Amino acid sequence: MTVEAPVFDETAVAVEPARGPMDWARKNLFNTWYNVLLTLALTALLAWAVVGLARALLGTDFEIIRVNLRLFMIGDFPGDQLWRPWTATYLIATLVGFVAGSVAGGARDRASEAGLPVVRTTLRQVLFRFWPIIALVLIILAFTTTMTPALLTVGAAGAGVGSYYLGRALPRAVRRWTWLIALVLLLAAYLALAAFGGVGWEGWGGLQLNLFLTVAGIMFAFPLGLLLAMGRRSSLPVIRTISVGYIEFVRGVPLITLLLAGAFALGFLIPSDLRPGLVTRMLIAITAFEAAYIAEVVRGGFQAVPHGQVEAAQAVGLVPWKTMRLIVLPQALRATIPAMVGQFISLFKDTTLVAILGVTELLDATFIVNSQPAFLGQGLFVLTLGFAALVFWVGSYTMSRESRRLERRLGVGER
Amino acid sequence: MLRLIAQVAAAAIVAFIAYVLWFNLTNNLRAAGLPTDFDFLTQPLGVDIPGSGLSPSAPIWKGLLVGVKNTLALVVVGIPLLTIIGVLVGVARLSTNWLVAKAAGLYVEILRNIPPLLIIYFVFNAVILQFPVLQESMNLGDFLIVNNRYIAVVGLTAQPDFGPFLLIMAGALLVAVGVWWWRTRRSERTGVHHHRFVWSLAVFSAISIIGFVALGGPFGLSRPVLDGRALAGGYQGLAAYWAVLAALVLYTASHVAEIVRGSILAVPKGQTEAANAIALSPFQRLRYVVMPQALRIAIPPIISQYLNYTKNTSLAIAIGYAEITRLTFQMIGNGQPAPQMIAILMGIYLAFSLVISLIVNLVNRRIQLVAQ
Repeated sequence: MTVEAPVFDETAVAVEPARGPMDWARKNLFNTWYNVLLTLALTALLAWAVVGLARALLGTDFEIIRVNLRLFMIGDFPGDQLWRPWTATYLIATLVGFVAGSVAGGARDRASEAGLPVVRTTLRQVLFRFWPIIALVLIILAFTTTMTPALLTVGAAGAGVGSYYLGRALPRAVRRWTWLIALVLLLAAYLALAAFGGVGWEGWGGLQLNLFLTVAGIMFAFPLGLLLAMGRRSSLPVIRTISVGYIEFVRGVPLITLLLAGAFALGFLIPSDLRPGLVTRMLIAITAFEAAYIAEVVRGGFQAVPHGQVEAAQAVGLVPWKTMRLIVLPQALRATIPAMVGQFISLFKDTTLVAILGVTELLDATFIVNSQPAFLGQGLFVLTLGFAALVFWVGSYTMSRESRRLERRLGVGER
Repeated sequence: MLRLIAQVAAAAIVAFIAYVLWFNLTNNLRAAGLPTDFDFLTQPLGVDIPGSGLSPSAPIWKGLLVGVKNTLALVVVGIPLLTIIGVLVGVARLSTNWLVAKAAGLYVEILRNIPPLLIIYFVFNAVILQFPVLQESMNLGDFLIVNNRYIAVVGLTAQPDFGPFLLIMAGALLVAVGVWWWRTRRSERTGVHHHRFVWSLAVFSAISIIGFVALGGPFGLSRPVLDGRALAGGYQGLAAYWAVLAALVLYTASHVAEIVRGSILAVPKGQTEAANAIALSPFQRLRYVVMPQALRIAIPPIISQYLNYTKNTSLAIAIGYAEITRLTFQMIGNGQPAPQMIAILMGIYLAFSLVISLIVNLVNRRIQLVAQ
């Protein structure tokens, strides 16, 4: 016995797929009368903006940026010691390549253990992901006057790529210590700049100082933030109150008030023979500020660890601090990575605030150059601020895209 | 027992640190010949606050109040503006029009990734300071006067009968609320759609317009006029005020747009499909199905953007708009004791934050009630 089911012929009613560009335009640009108006108005506006920008760029003399490029990049770092920032650049390039390679190697090993095919990153993907950074480096190199920076940059890129493959090829036993190698390289970069007759961070400036304040701020604030987050979860009322009080106080005031406190009030709070320099006081203020935000980020990570994990750890007889170190922290910290990158981006943008207190970072440098005799009163702020905006934009945009990628890969935020 | 010891130890450490800091503070202040109390607040200000009408001999605390007022002027005008722009851009990013969606995306990705301080500097130094000087102000049909010190737009001005007119408006509002209630009741009884918003608005407008005509125009337009070296009439603001407002509104709106987009996308697709299945119109689908759910997700993060905006108004310090942070900075420069001044400043921002987080809690509670 067979029952004849009514057959619904889908192809008979299916909407005809759009074929040529005309169909696409009709569907996506001109489907209703108001979309026609919007499309036309926006096209006119965008065309006007693009043409205006192109004409302005073609007719502009970038003298002010060409002459002051070194000030923008490294501030007043002595000109006869340029090998120091370059050495640091090479070390950082090695670090970045090495860590990326190590992470990629770990992913490859896990995939092959699980019997999954290893997905290789193609050159096209790398270009697509990092085009803003590549473009920025090319633009900056276009402002240089000699060949040396270009050659050295190619070398640094080579060091980065080489250490990427080195990091990928490492045996697993060594890969476990990636974080330590990274830390050593970071320290080496600092020593290359400061040790043996170099210049300590009080004398740094330009983009170098923005990057330093961001990395150092996050690094110093992280342990504090971790402690505060654990304190906030503590069952001890006194410790919880102290942690919550600190976090909510700092999150309730703007960063600039803490920087003002660092510049003008910190000197009163410590013995008068201890007077750290301005950059150090800015770093202290930034660290105090970031600790509260990192605490909230880590708290979010703690909340992402299912309670069953803790119960299971207790069931197998782990003591509380071992539960924390072996079970909760690894999972919680993994879940915080995207949010930590977000915090890193927002601190990177916030380091411009130290300009208000007279620290010569990149934004401040764009003002200094406008009062140089050769450029005074020529209204070149559009140019210098535009250059600084480009640098910050490339950094934040690339990092935020990478963080979204990470979020998808880690599956954080998916239920 | 161990718990108790740990807590006593923590409290003791914090108390010890606080004591050391306090000891150093009082000692160092005395050594520098500065006061250790807050009595200095009654001393003369010593600076001129542009646009406040306060003389430099007024006490400091009055100057700080002007600073709070100027901060609020940024907050009260900026929050509605950034909400409107943010929601429009966020919805535009989901437009079916490819070009509109891409243009909105371009706006968001550019503005979101540039430091707000840089945007303020850009608007102030690269745009507003390039405007002509006062004597050669640009004048757009007496509607907008622009120069590099002030920007004035057309505003409203009260005529003699303005007070009675306000009373009439208040009465109209009461009647409108009554109409709203009546339409709702009627709809509940009969099942006929209430259209209460249209009804109330119509009643309110009708009474207001009748009152306006009957009183012979209780308010009129005040156009900005340039009279030699002075600007008169209209809604005037210092150029620095407009620079901070424009920069921060555009910056924060880009964040709000992301929240709005994310919230609309977070409404499960099945909801839209179900709405289509019961043949709701596109407007009804948005109004009764998608929006209520998206708003529930969007409101808490948007309010925290309001808090960020409020805290970011402190960046006005960089271009000299006399809000509270700028004034504190100036006072410290004038030799007032920095620790006290900064403590007051932080207290003021904490009060702002507290009010906003109270609002968040109230809203969250209401949202959760709706959800159940």
